[in-house]
Amino acid sequence: MNIHPKPLIACRECDLLQREIPLSPGETSCCSRCGATLYRCSPDSLDRTLALVLAASLLFIIANVYPILSIEIQGDRNATNLYGAVSALWDQDMRSVSFLVFVTTILVPAIELSMMIFILLPLRQQRVPAGIPLLLRILQSIKPWGMVEVFMLGILVSLVKLTDSSSVIPGVALWSFGGLTLMLAAVATSFNPRDVWAHIKTDNAQGAVK
Amino acid sequence: MNRTGVSAGSMGLCSCHACGLVSRAESIFGTAHCPRCDARIHIRKPDSVRRCWALLIAAYILYLPANLLTIMETGSLVNYRKDTIMSGVVHLWKTGSWAISAIVFIASIIVPLFKLIALTLLLVSVKRRSTWWPNQRTRLYRMVELVGRWSMLDIYVVTILAALVQIHSLATVRAGSGAIAFGAVVVLTMFAAQEFDPRLIWDPLTKESEL
Repeated sequence: MNIHPKPLIACRECDLLQREIPLSPGETSCCSRCGATLYRCSPDSLDRTLALVLAASLLFIIANVYPILSIEIQGDRNATNLYGAVSALWDQDMRSVSFLVFVTTILVPAIELSMMIFILLPLRQQRVPAGIPLLLRILQSIKPWGMVEVFMLGILVSLVKLTDSSSVIPGVALWSFGGLTLMLAAVATSFNPRDVWAHIKTDNAQGAVK
Repeated sequence: MNRTGVSAGSMGLCSCHACGLVSRAESIFGTAHCPRCDARIHIRKPDSVRRCWALLIAAYILYLPANLLTIMETGSLVNYRKDTIMSGVVHLWKTGSWAISAIVFIASIIVPLFKLIALTLLLVSVKRRSTWWPNQRTRLYRMVELVGRWSMLDIYVVTILAALVQIHSLATVRAGSGAIAFGAVVVLTMFAAQEFDPRLIWDPLTKESEL
């Protein structure tokens, strides 16, 4: 049965059945019919991702603790951090919107970062932690709901809206949100789940079609 | 680029949506599971078109209150104003912040409208088993997935302003009920885009090549 040495791959977007081809580092293979990216070859992507994830986690903590912006109107000052903003909306009886903001800017990024550390740190020590398939599946399904970069743009728009009525003082968290946006973008481009899957043996080998 | 070709589905093969492993979709009566990662596998997302329509219609209905109701109330000693999404954009434009006004206009007006129209177009074309421009339709789907999240912009702006501008009687900002409807439109269209299976675009082509 196993005449061809290379495994089959089906395009996620058009389902065209193709055979994998070997790539050299930095190359990407694309579907021959619809042009979607099939897979990339990026050696040491896991180490690089781990470094970026650790940096992003640090920035994430700073971004959540310190105030994002503070304003001053006629001597009165007010500042808010991210959680303060979420709870202010909750107190205004905008619970569904407040919940949506909490999930997309705090909960999902926090889960994403901690799961990645949990997966990547043991892999670096050549251990495969239990439950990786489940974690990777959760990571994949929550990924669209982390919206730190949109929130960053939201901060900038708010900044412009406020400057004509009051004096605005950017807080520490504003800069860390900027850094976090860049770090998360770098994590998204360097993380290659295929490399993690390569560590997982298929128990039921006959199920996979060669 | 060749338009036709053998799809995994037509060979009875199924690629896992989580790990990408291609396996034979066994157990027709029960649910099939991926041999590597144990995720449920389907040749096509189950009930994709119907679920996508349901979410899309709900989004269309909520699109009206999202645009007509107040999204933000601003009060200060000298004036009081209620803003819908569009009046917020116009206000920004009039006060001279053209760039920001354009960004908000694209993120809050153009993007949701584009998503609704694009998904409708994709669903209708799939229903009619159209073989028309599959590459461009796949690209359209990719764009819908890519830009969808940016509509959350207005929700975040309202959140930050409502928390920050709370200076006794001098100035207050409150979120309006339009924000709930608008948030719901964004969430519903994101779910609709996830339910849609782009492989359905290519299925009619595969069938034709077999004949």
